[in-house]
Amino acid sequence: MSTLSLAVRDSTTMLRRNLLHARRYPSLTLNLLLTPIMLLLLFVYVFGDTMSAGIDGGGPDRSAYIAYIVPGILLMTIGATPAGTAVSVSMDMAEGIMARFRTMAIHRPSVLIGHVVGSVLQSVLSVIVVGAVAVAIGFRSTDATALEWLAAFGLIALVALALTWIAVGMGLSSPNAEAASNNATPLIVLPLISSAFVPLEAMPGWFQPIAEYQPFTPAIETLRGLLLGTDIGNNAWLAIAWALALASLGYLWSTAQFNRDPK
Amino acid sequence: MPSSVMPTSIPSAITANGLRKSYGDKVVLDSIDLHIPAGSVFALLGPNGAGKTTAVKILSTLIAADGGQAQVAGHDIAGEAQGVRGAIGVTGQFSAVDGLITGEENMLLMADLHHLPRREGRRVTAELLERFDLVDAARKPASTYSGGMRRRLDIAMTLVGSPRIIFLDEPTTGLDPRSRHNMWQIIRELVSGGVTVFLTTQYLEEADELADRIAVLSDGKIAAEGSAEELKRLIPGGHIRLRFTDPATYQAAASSLRETTRDDDALTLQIPSDGSQRELRSLLDWLDSAGIEADELTVHTPDLDDVFFALTTRQPKETTR
Repeated sequence: MSTLSLAVRDSTTMLRRNLLHARRYPSLTLNLLLTPIMLLLLFVYVFGDTMSAGIDGGGPDRSAYIAYIVPGILLMTIGATPAGTAVSVSMDMAEGIMARFRTMAIHRPSVLIGHVVGSVLQSVLSVIVVGAVAVAIGFRSTDATALEWLAAFGLIALVALALTWIAVGMGLSSPNAEAASNNATPLIVLPLISSAFVPLEAMPGWFQPIAEYQPFTPAIETLRGLLLGTDIGNNAWLAIAWALALASLGYLWSTAQFNRDPK
Repeated sequence: MPSSVMPTSIPSAITANGLRKSYGDKVVLDSIDLHIPAGSVFALLGPNGAGKTTAVKILSTLIAADGGQAQVAGHDIAGEAQGVRGAIGVTGQFSAVDGLITGEENMLLMADLHHLPRREGRRVTAELLERFDLVDAARKPASTYSGGMRRRLDIAMTLVGSPRIIFLDEPTTGLDPRSRHNMWQIIRELVSGGVTVFLTTQYLEEADELADRIAVLSDGKIAAEGSAEELKRLIPGGHIRLRFTDPATYQAAASSLRETTRDDDALTLQIPSDGSQRELRSLLDWLDSAGIEADELTVHTPDLDDVFFALTTRQPKETTR
C-alpha cells in the first residue's frame, strides 16, 4: 500500500473512532455550543439596545446589532470546538490504547489527523447550529451570492483547521485534561477581545492593536464582508495568512510532540 | 550469562546486544543481551523496578534505547521500526483498550488498522470474541469490563493482526487465580500456534510454568539466564529430608548420620543432596544397612524462589534521599 493510501485509510479509521466517541459522549460537544449561543442571546436581547446605540452613535437598533455580532459569534463557535479538542486529545494520550497505536504499523500522524478532521467537522456542524439560532432570532444575510456563501464556509473551515491543529498541540503538551483546558483558554478569550462585539474604532486607542493584530479580527471582518457586504479590504488575505501560518505551526508542533518517546 | 551459542537452524525472533537505557542518572537497562529463538517462550523475570517494562517498550519500538542494537523479526528496532511493528503484537502492563467504545468496536478498530477487508475483520472479531469468552460483553463499553475481561480483550486485540511475535508485559498481574490460569492456557495456545512469546513477570511460578528460557533481570542487568532447571541448578539448597515419629529412632539416626541439619522439635533430618538417583540410592542403601527407617522421605530441589532471591537480593535503597 502506498504511503498516501495508507495515510488516508488509517486517518479515516481514526476519524471514525473520534466520531464514535463524539456520538457516544455528546455532552462535551453540546457544552461547547452553549457558550456562543448564550452570548448571542445575551448580547442581542439584554445588551443589544445599548450596544447598538453606542456603536452607531444613533438610536438603539437591535436588529442591526444582530447583523453586526453574528459573524463574531460564528467564529467564536469555531474557537470553542478546538478548546474541547485540546481536552479530548490530552485525555486520549493518557489512554492505554495510545501505546498500542504507537506499536502498530500504521500511519502515525493518522492518530492526530483523526482528531483534527473530526474536530473540524464538529466545528462546521456547530457553526450551522449556532447560525440556525441566529437566523431564528432575525439574522439575515443581506447580499451574499452563492459564491460568497461558499467562500464563507471555506473561511470557517480553514480557520477551524488552523485552530484545531493549535489545539491538538496544546492537548499534547498538557500533562492532563485540566491543564489542557487552561492552555486552550486563549481560543475562547481571543474572540472576546476582537472586533466581534464592537468595532475597533469604538475601543480605547491603547487596546486597538491588541484587537487588531490577532487572527480572529481579520477573519470576522472577512465573514462580515461576505455575508453583509461590508468592506473587506485586505482582511481576507490577512485571515488566510493567519490561518495557514497557524495550521502549519500547529501541525509541526503537534507531530514533533507526538513523535517524541512517550513517558 | 547470556548464551551466545545457539543452534543456527532455528531462526532468531529477537536478538539484542548491549541495550542500554537511562532516565536522568538512573540506569534502567545496563547492557542487555538477548537471543530468543522463534517459536519459543521467553520470560524476563524480575522484581518491580528491575527494568522489565523498559525492555518491552524498547523492543516493541515504543521508546528508543540510548545504546546497543536489537533486531526483532529480522528488523532493526531503530532503523526499521515499521517493519518491527508489522510483525509484533503488544499487550502492555496497563490495558491498551479504548474504554469509551465497546469491546466489539475495539476489535473492529484493530481489524481496520490492520487493513483487513471488512468481512474478514468481522469474522476475526467474532472468532476472537468467542475464543476469549467476551461475546456477552461485546456490545458494552470496555470501561465497564472487569480486570480479567479487560486483559482478555487486550490480548484479543493484540491477536487481530496475527502477529508472529507477542510481547506480554506482566499479563497476569492483578488477576485472580482463575483468570491467571485462563491466561496461562491462552499463552500456551498461542505458543502451540508457532508464535514467539516474550513475557515479563514477577511471578516465578509463571515463568516456570510457561517459559522455555528465563532471564532474571536485576537492577537493569541480566543476573542469570537459562531454562528453569538450569537456573535451579545454579544455586545450592537441594536436600533430602527424613521425618521420624519415634524420638528414639530419630536420635539413633541423627547420631549415626554425618552432615545433617537437625530439627529436634520436628524430628526431621536434612541431608544435602543434588537429588540425583545415585545419591538417593546410596543414601537408601546406607539407611537400610544401619537399620534406620524414616516415616517419611522427601527430596527437595531448589525452586525458582530460591534462585530469584539468591540472584536479586540487593541492598535496601529506600533510605537514599
